[in-house]
Amino acid sequence: MFDSFLLESIINGLLLGGVLALLALGLNLIFGVIDVVWICYAELVMIGMYAIYWLYIFYGVPLPGAVIAAVLAVALLGVLLHRFVIEPVLGTAPINQLLVTGGVLFFLQAAATLAFGIEFRNLGIRMPLVEFGDMFFSFARILAFITALVGVFLLWLFLTRTYLGTAIRAISQDREIMPLMGVDPRRIYLITSAIGGGMAGMAASLLVLQYDVHPAIGLSFGPITFMVCVMGGLGNMLGGFIAAFIFAQFISVGGYLFQIEWGYVIAFCFFIAMMFIRPKGLFSR
Amino acid sequence: MLEVRNISAGYGSFRALFGVSIEVRAGEAVGVIGPNGAGKTTLLRVISKIISPESGQVMMQGQDLRQVAAHRVVEMGIAHVPEHRRLFPRLTVEENLRMGAFHPAARRRFAERLDFVYELFPRMKERRDQLAGTMSGGEQQMCAIGRALMSGPKLLLMDEPSAGLAPVIVQQVFDLVRRIRAEGYTVLIVEQNIQQVLQVVDRAYLLEVGTIKQSGNAADLLASPEIRRAYLGI
Repeated sequence: MFDSFLLESIINGLLLGGVLALLALGLNLIFGVIDVVWICYAELVMIGMYAIYWLYIFYGVPLPGAVIAAVLAVALLGVLLHRFVIEPVLGTAPINQLLVTGGVLFFLQAAATLAFGIEFRNLGIRMPLVEFGDMFFSFARILAFITALVGVFLLWLFLTRTYLGTAIRAISQDREIMPLMGVDPRRIYLITSAIGGGMAGMAASLLVLQYDVHPAIGLSFGPITFMVCVMGGLGNMLGGFIAAFIFAQFISVGGYLFQIEWGYVIAFCFFIAMMFIRPKGLFSR
Repeated sequence: MLEVRNISAGYGSFRALFGVSIEVRAGEAVGVIGPNGAGKTTLLRVISKIISPESGQVMMQGQDLRQVAAHRVVEMGIAHVPEHRRLFPRLTVEENLRMGAFHPAARRRFAERLDFVYELFPRMKERRDQLAGTMSGGEQQMCAIGRALMSGPKLLLMDEPSAGLAPVIVQQVFDLVRRIRAEGYTVLIVEQNIQQVLQVVDRAYLLEVGTIKQSGNAADLLASPEIRRAYLGI
């Protein structure tokens, strides 16, 4: 018997996977290149969501303009994070980098609470449902999926087709000799941070269409993003991309077969099991 | 072209070089020979500013390199083929070569130089899409030299190009050095393989425990009793 609800949840998982992949990609890029985990990554996304909300609701900036401004703002935030928080502790023990970015997480949460309060806020835009046979899909999700894939594709083009992108891949393989190539490693790190921030900003613009923003929203997808990255092999961008889709299927199909909450439980169990079987990630080299 | 004046350098409390001075004139091939741990690699690292010296100065065509940022040394015309080749193993051969042409002036002439390097090393053209880390040692050495040539250097620094290669490949590497000289590049080469390197350079310096012990024409050094006794085992 054909189960159209199952198909619907598989497709919904695919759509969710696109956004997860975009989220994971920014974090993976930063880790792969700079060897630092931005614990506060999801909080950067939260700031991006607030930026769009603020510009759109209070200043009446049209949505596309607000989105572009938010992407640029979070990219700048990424640069500032690297320059003033990461750079001073770069050469020190890795735990310090976790601690400082963990500190930024709480700082951003508290700052957002002070500035915006703890209310859940949304843009008040109602996106239509797309009907396909007897299946229904959220237009916001389809838009997010397509945008995420386009973003991933553009990043891939940048990393493989440009001098700067090649340098970003090279620096993770041998940092010391980069100056011999005429590359200033510091500049590459700042550019990578800007791209990582920009991807967080892009993810923010996709999520703000689907979810209410509040100061703790980072907690609802930050851990998933980390797990996707770890499951794909931290720093392995292709692995993270694939892992995002696997994870999303567990959440979506698991949620359909049992209950929504069980989807997450199954996904996390799978994650824990995989950590025993392949601790360096599904696609570790 | 290159003047190294009275360089002292080291790592932490360990000192590798004690007041070393050498000179390389345009068009020359100069060798720095000496045993393992003599400070040869450190000398090249000081010249290309991977490390900063404690004292002394390096002049490239009259420009004091102390006033040049590390990543701009390559723009001054100095290309460094580092010890152990240091290719980017998970980039393709062509991407490695592209990294060699990173600085703006080199980018503008990328296509022209790529043709030149592929003509010099047809093997690299065959393997252009292969990951550099999967090639043999000799091929990796070609790629590392090619990468350095992509920057359009005036002076090529080579650090132990024969190290870790099979004897038959070592011979090929020194033939390569000859061809690069014939192309008109000025070369400063650091080697432990004294017998071989003295046959491709014009002059050489003997570096021992961080000081220049002897210098002169390659032929004279090859004939010198001390060098023959200590290094060539004759």
